[in-house]
Amino acid sequence: MSNTLEIAKSRILEPSGLAESDLDRVFGGLLGPSVDNADLYFQASRHESWSLEDGIVKEGSHGIERGVGVRAISGEKTGFAYSDEIVLPALLEAAQAARAIARSGGEGRVPVRRPRTGNDLYAPIDPIGTLPAADKVALLHAVDAEARRLDPHVREVMVSLAAVHDVVLIAAADGTLAGDVRPLVRLNVTVIVERDGRREQGSYGGGGRFGLEYFTESDRALGYAREAVRQALLNLDAVAAPAGTMTVVLGPGWPGVLLHEAIGHGLEGDFNRKGTSAFSGRIGERVAAPGCTVVDDGSIERRRGSLNVDDEGTPTQRTVLIENGILKGYLQDKLNARLMGMAPTGNGRRESYAHLPMPRMTNTFMLAGPHDPAEILASVDRGLYAVNFGGGQVDITSGKFVFSASEAYLIENGKVTRPVKGATLIGNGPDVLTRVAMVGNDLELDAGIGTCGKDGQSVPVGVGQPTLRIDGLTVGGTQA
Amino acid sequence: MSQPQPAAAPPDPQRLESLVSDLLEEARRRGASAAEVGVSADTGLSVNVRMGEVETVEFHRDQGLGVTVYFGTRKGSASTADLRPEALRETVQAACDIARHTAEDPCAGLADPERMAREIPDLDLDHPWGIDTERAIETALACENAARAHDARITNSEGAGVDSHRGLRVYGNTHGFLGAYASTRHSVSCSVIAGSAQGMQRDYWYTTARDPAELEAAEAVGRRAAERAVRRLDARRVQTREVPVVYAADVAGGLLRLFLGAIRGANLYRKASFLVDHLGKRIFPEFVRIDERPHLPKALGSAPFDAEGVATRERTLVEDGVLRGYLLDSYSARKLGMETTGNAGGVHNAIIEPGPHDLDGLLRAMGTGLLVTELMGHGFNLLTGDYSRGAAGFWVEGGEIRHPVEEITVAGNLRDMFLGLAEVGNDVDLRSGVRTGSILIERMTVAGE
Repeated sequence: MSNTLEIAKSRILEPSGLAESDLDRVFGGLLGPSVDNADLYFQASRHESWSLEDGIVKEGSHGIERGVGVRAISGEKTGFAYSDEIVLPALLEAAQAARAIARSGGEGRVPVRRPRTGNDLYAPIDPIGTLPAADKVALLHAVDAEARRLDPHVREVMVSLAAVHDVVLIAAADGTLAGDVRPLVRLNVTVIVERDGRREQGSYGGGGRFGLEYFTESDRALGYAREAVRQALLNLDAVAAPAGTMTVVLGPGWPGVLLHEAIGHGLEGDFNRKGTSAFSGRIGERVAAPGCTVVDDGSIERRRGSLNVDDEGTPTQRTVLIENGILKGYLQDKLNARLMGMAPTGNGRRESYAHLPMPRMTNTFMLAGPHDPAEILASVDRGLYAVNFGGGQVDITSGKFVFSASEAYLIENGKVTRPVKGATLIGNGPDVLTRVAMVGNDLELDAGIGTCGKDGQSVPVGVGQPTLRIDGLTVGGTQA
Repeated sequence: MSQPQPAAAPPDPQRLESLVSDLLEEARRRGASAAEVGVSADTGLSVNVRMGEVETVEFHRDQGLGVTVYFGTRKGSASTADLRPEALRETVQAACDIARHTAEDPCAGLADPERMAREIPDLDLDHPWGIDTERAIETALACENAARAHDARITNSEGAGVDSHRGLRVYGNTHGFLGAYASTRHSVSCSVIAGSAQGMQRDYWYTTARDPAELEAAEAVGRRAAERAVRRLDARRVQTREVPVVYAADVAGGLLRLFLGAIRGANLYRKASFLVDHLGKRIFPEFVRIDERPHLPKALGSAPFDAEGVATRERTLVEDGVLRGYLLDSYSARKLGMETTGNAGGVHNAIIEPGPHDLDGLLRAMGTGLLVTELMGHGFNLLTGDYSRGAAGFWVEGGEIRHPVEEITVAGNLRDMFLGLAEVGNDVDLRSGVRTGSILIERMTVAGE
């Protein structure tokens, strides 16, 4: 595992002509009596993407990002500067800018470095090179052909393939020295179908921290095409969604975006330190029905939301947020953990070297319960069964959250009947899980396409859940 | 306190222009038949304070370069934030490598040479603030203090911020076009929390402008944020029903953006818009007029040329409620058998003509219904026009606000919502490149209890 630290050093420090002793000089300029912590976040990242439409691969792009972020923390104050040149003078200049946050000067201390050993969750590979360019093009064509083969109503097929090779090196004044090599791949399919003048679309995709061969194994990518076509055809028959408060059954997997919005954000340490979250000060209280246990786990192998170490060098872990309905914990980065007298949970994440880290989710999901999903559906007289979703959003202060269904059905007399058009669902985070009446035994994690935005920073995440019956969620359809 | 200033040496246009020329030359050397290069460089300062104390001071220095090469009608692109010579060489090489694997696409290529901007008008977009860290902190503190002092029900704060950015954009292509312009953007923002026995409510306000002289006073921003948070306290739900809805000016811009998305070339040639084949057709009531005005001095959406070097010009998108123009770049235009409209990279100041009344006038016209002041989520589908979003706002009866409302959705179909647009207010929000006053929609479904 310290292998990743060696890779990070050789990919970042060596080409820049920097030695570990140069980091000492930078810390010497950063640290003073009133600086509580400081860190350097080096990043060397490459990404590549390809896209197909109209049956041809029209575009491909390649990108390079390289730089270093320098942060100094004094009490609750943070000074931050970054440079896209990884050279000593730029580092020293950024350090001087960042440390200006601490009002008094003083002698710099040099940290004693302790290499951190993180998890070993994925291979330290460059996924861009795991498939030759011609094979990437062929893969996109195969997905296109599969979608068109499935149904004559398919009019447009759009396929995109993306791979990221992200190498980071984190050095902090608390002695942390950690490296991570983070592969990330993703394949998405969108199809538009047309029948009798009505047009609808469907999308599906997947990915994670591995090479591109993942998509060709057992024809996985062709499965994405089948799923996108199925959803699009279903939408051709969808009727207007109902409007009002009703019983909602959420399918397993991606509908876990509910937990991400309703629960996860409100439990991020920064909001709770500041007392701005609807969950502030509620540890130990009941916020969900008995039987509901929600965790955030950044240490699952090969998942999109997983990291060997977070962006502050803290190893990721499984953090219990809600246990059997009782609020247990928050998601912490180092700054908020220190200020709240808690331990970091490996949730300090940032979009890039040019952004400050914050407490962020990794893979957030609810554990399985006792009920067969068929039994859950059979228990509902009238309601909505929602199985696929687009994105969501939350106001962490009022607790109100939304998430938008892209595949949903009416439940009538315990049976799943007609498909309905997509609709936004809205609820209140601190009480939505108290209305969970049944938890399924079919826990699934999503297929690996989630991205979370907070304060303008995007990071890859995962969600999951078993089938859930929630008694009383507002469905925003048009049929009043 | 001695503060080093942001690495504020403004980006050097000559250096970036010669970089662009060198890379175009490099692409040619590698056999590209055509190429284009865009570079942007931005420096900035962001300061945030919270509860009377400095929280973050950030010095920004962002740069990015994108290159697209064409080998006949095959295309490859690459970008880099690293402008060292070896990264630039790798970037051009990567773009050329990709172009070996993409397909022949007869519509691919640079915009037509005769459409290149011949002169670069000065749109008065560059107004450096020259604010130092200390003054930025003082301004942010004044803003937050005004918010916290405004009302005893303000119980907490997410803070106030001051941001100042200056950027330079340079674009060149192998038609011989090379253009550059500098622009600035400054803002003061504040977000505070009001509390009551019923719970907490957060709201915010901000001011933003290219010229710091046009910013609202920091204290006024703080007071407005406080008023907005307090008025949301003790919000209730409403019964599920169909009612008229007023979108306050700052959220009405979102409606207009959905219209602009539906007439974007990429959505039209893919037939992924409910407005496909609607040119010349009535999509709004007769009084609606929407123009694009790219050369408005100091405006946030102004640009002398688009992302392909095409001259931007004033045009009408909707006249007498009839769709008169699309938003096309050269690729989507060729796919549609049309001409580029200078909208590569987006729209430049889309403006819906304001009506005679202010927000109160719209509420009176509505009588009983919902005033929406906040929207949540991404519940819209441009292919079908289906629209369903989370909302918060105020219940209105007899043209007057009765109580705050939350945990509801507003839903409809954009086709009906646009045709049912009853009035546009004169309370135009100037804080973005999409300008509108408040908008009254005749009928939508509100889902609540």
